[in-house]
Amino acid sequence: MGGDILRIEGISKEFSKVRVLNNVQLDIEKGEVVGIIGENGAGKSTLIKIISGIYTPTEGELYFEGKRIEEFNPLNARKLGISLIPQEFNLIGELTVFENIFLGKEYRKKVLLNKRRMIERTKELLAELHTQIDPTEKIQNLSVAQKQMVEIAKSLAYDSKFLIMDEPTTVLTGSEIEVLFKIMNKLKERGVTIIYISHKLKEIKTICDRVMVLRDGEQIVVEAIENVDEHRMATLMVGRELSQIFPPKLNIADEKVLEVENISVRGKLKDISFDLRKGEILGFAGLVGAGRTEMAETLIGIRKKSSGAVRINGKEVTIRNPGDSIRKKLAYLSEDRQGTGIITSFDIIENITLSSLPEYARILIDHKKERAAAQYYVDSFKIKAASLQTALEFFSGGNQQKVSLAKSLDTKPEILIVDEPTRGIDVNAKREIYYFLNELAQKGISCIFISSELEEIIGMCSRVVVMKEGKITGILQGNDINEEEIMLHATGLKGVA
Amino acid sequence: MKTPKILKNFSAEKWGPLLALVILFVISAIASPYFLKTRNLMNILRQVSYTGIIGLGMTFVIITGGIDLSVGSMTALVGGIAILVLNALGGGIWAIIVAVLAAIGIGAGFGAINGLVITKGRVAPFIVTLGTMAIYRSLTLYISGAGEFRSQSDLFPELGMGYFLGIPIPVWIFIGLAVLFSVILNHTRYGRYICAIGSNERVAKYAAIKIDRIRFLAYVIIGVTVAVTAVLLSSRLNSISSSNAGQNYELDAIAAVIIGGTAMSGGSGTIFGTVIGAIILGIVNNMLNMLGVSPYLQGTVKGLVIIGAVLIQRKKKQ
Repeated sequence: MGGDILRIEGISKEFSKVRVLNNVQLDIEKGEVVGIIGENGAGKSTLIKIISGIYTPTEGELYFEGKRIEEFNPLNARKLGISLIPQEFNLIGELTVFENIFLGKEYRKKVLLNKRRMIERTKELLAELHTQIDPTEKIQNLSVAQKQMVEIAKSLAYDSKFLIMDEPTTVLTGSEIEVLFKIMNKLKERGVTIIYISHKLKEIKTICDRVMVLRDGEQIVVEAIENVDEHRMATLMVGRELSQIFPPKLNIADEKVLEVENISVRGKLKDISFDLRKGEILGFAGLVGAGRTEMAETLIGIRKKSSGAVRINGKEVTIRNPGDSIRKKLAYLSEDRQGTGIITSFDIIENITLSSLPEYARILIDHKKERAAAQYYVDSFKIKAASLQTALEFFSGGNQQKVSLAKSLDTKPEILIVDEPTRGIDVNAKREIYYFLNELAQKGISCIFISSELEEIIGMCSRVVVMKEGKITGILQGNDINEEEIMLHATGLKGVA
Repeated sequence: MKTPKILKNFSAEKWGPLLALVILFVISAIASPYFLKTRNLMNILRQVSYTGIIGLGMTFVIITGGIDLSVGSMTALVGGIAILVLNALGGGIWAIIVAVLAAIGIGAGFGAINGLVITKGRVAPFIVTLGTMAIYRSLTLYISGAGEFRSQSDLFPELGMGYFLGIPIPVWIFIGLAVLFSVILNHTRYGRYICAIGSNERVAKYAAIKIDRIRFLAYVIIGVTVAVTAVLLSSRLNSISSSNAGQNYELDAIAAVIIGGTAMSGGSGTIFGTVIGAIILGIVNNMLNMLGVSPYLQGTVKGLVIIGAVLIQRKKKQ
């Protein structure tokens, strides 16, 4: 008894003498789902990277099915049947779904590829996941949620015995998460063991058999899930009692700063109309693909609208590109942090001033002024960084997000659109961002808050716009802002579409 | 502790090429007693200047994630036209000034053609400049009847042959432009923006950077560096051979950038590295000459140096 599939024995890891993981002990049984939780930088990623062979531990041993793992490399791990579904996907945009799934292990007919068989098998795998994705569609044309499904299908195609899922649900909607859980249960019955990493404690409680809490590289506790509730888990993670996660809601002012009238974008948006009041946090809820990001991108001039009008402070404005948007004091925090938000090879300073560089340069860049601005944001957002000149690729998701937010704010906006601002970041960082947005609103900056996490929409917003398939199905206020009402509108069961 | 910007820039990226240069220099000095003669060193530097100046522009283009293969042909065409202008105006000091300005204008224009097709036409830089490489060379041959553009000015060669404080004028211009380009790269918006575009074009777009304009400008800038080289080269020889002038300059310019540690994938790079890269190539050429290696084999050595440099960079990254 004890760790019949994986035995982690005293695993530690150091990076340039800094210990990021210390003496982790865990026995995992076949067919178990083990949740790992912890704040950003707690060591979760390091641990799963060791298990999936990306890192070699500094100390300790790993036994898979009773055999000691001698050599740590991803290929070896895959051969043993260990699969990692990473947070940032490993898919090639230019290739199709089936080509990605069978990358490196293509079916062949003699020397030629057996495309038909691969497409058939891909269909089967996707059907198991209850997803309708065309196997011949290119990855770049898929939504984030669909890409996630393809990643899961890919690991199924490998016949993995041991699956590691790193934040699989951050980009999924409620119903998609349910499907995922069904699939996980099916896998479990088949004897597949799963390590499940998530910041969503409710999910941990639902799907896991046991949970391990990491804090600052230390293993705090491993508990059967019956013995802990969400609150207890959160407390264990941060190491102290969590105070109120959402700030108190703000009153709605009458002054309209942004009025959007019948905006349409061919094939994406239809007749979008709403207004944003001064100092308001206006929620935008809906399922993935409802058109919320497209709406934001249209407002800042990335997409061309086919009709409709936008007024800022009562005056009609034309915004043709992000530059116009900045001049009209409208800023956007992108949902796709690494795709459109920050440049990972740039340092903090260079990222923060990227949109606002004209403010720091007549002919030459005033490096002192730039540094001072970056320092200001690092201090006020509590961005953890070795130095201002550390490239962002070495940052945790939460810290990257803070830098991305700082970049948007450095254009000194009066209207801020935040799109999934807390995706993939831990409870503490989330809370900081909530309070920060609230503070901004109190200072009179109006905020459009796009999120797929109903909890935060409900906790933060005084009014909520719900969208479905490019249309607004309802604008909710007061007591109507609850999970049920929002979902009814988001699925089109209620409201005028 | 705050690390000054200079120290940060002085990282492994920069040390590698510099170290290679020092080693090469020492070996050369031991291998040939003639190597350390001032005359020889000045010659190397002068030779290096021509492709080095284009290499400066090439650094910007490669940082944006692009490439310019047309620079060699463009050198010949711009140099040829400059001589035609010079002869038409009589070859005096004013004629030289007008010819130089005309060359710069034409170089910028040719660069603008590349840049326009790349940004507005959305054609890959490799394809566009491969096409214009053929076009510019063919026009040069056509205009000159496949012969030579010969200057009738006695004054013009002063520019390319002359010395200032014991150092050839082309070298001064190379140094001056290198300083200017380094300042642009590290201390202006333009420099920051080309790195941003080369690193992640979509982030740059969302950050309100005018991507097309910045990339277009990179090709105009390299066109100007080509014009400067064209003037210096035609003045040195007081003529331009339509078939030979600027031959393989694209290879040398790109090689200098790559040896200098700028990644072909774009996003970052240093002017300092490119200057070192150009000098390394120059010394290699010089040594091969002095050791009596067949000129036909020099291309082989150059090719090996380029591939080797990239291999070393790969290793370092892993």
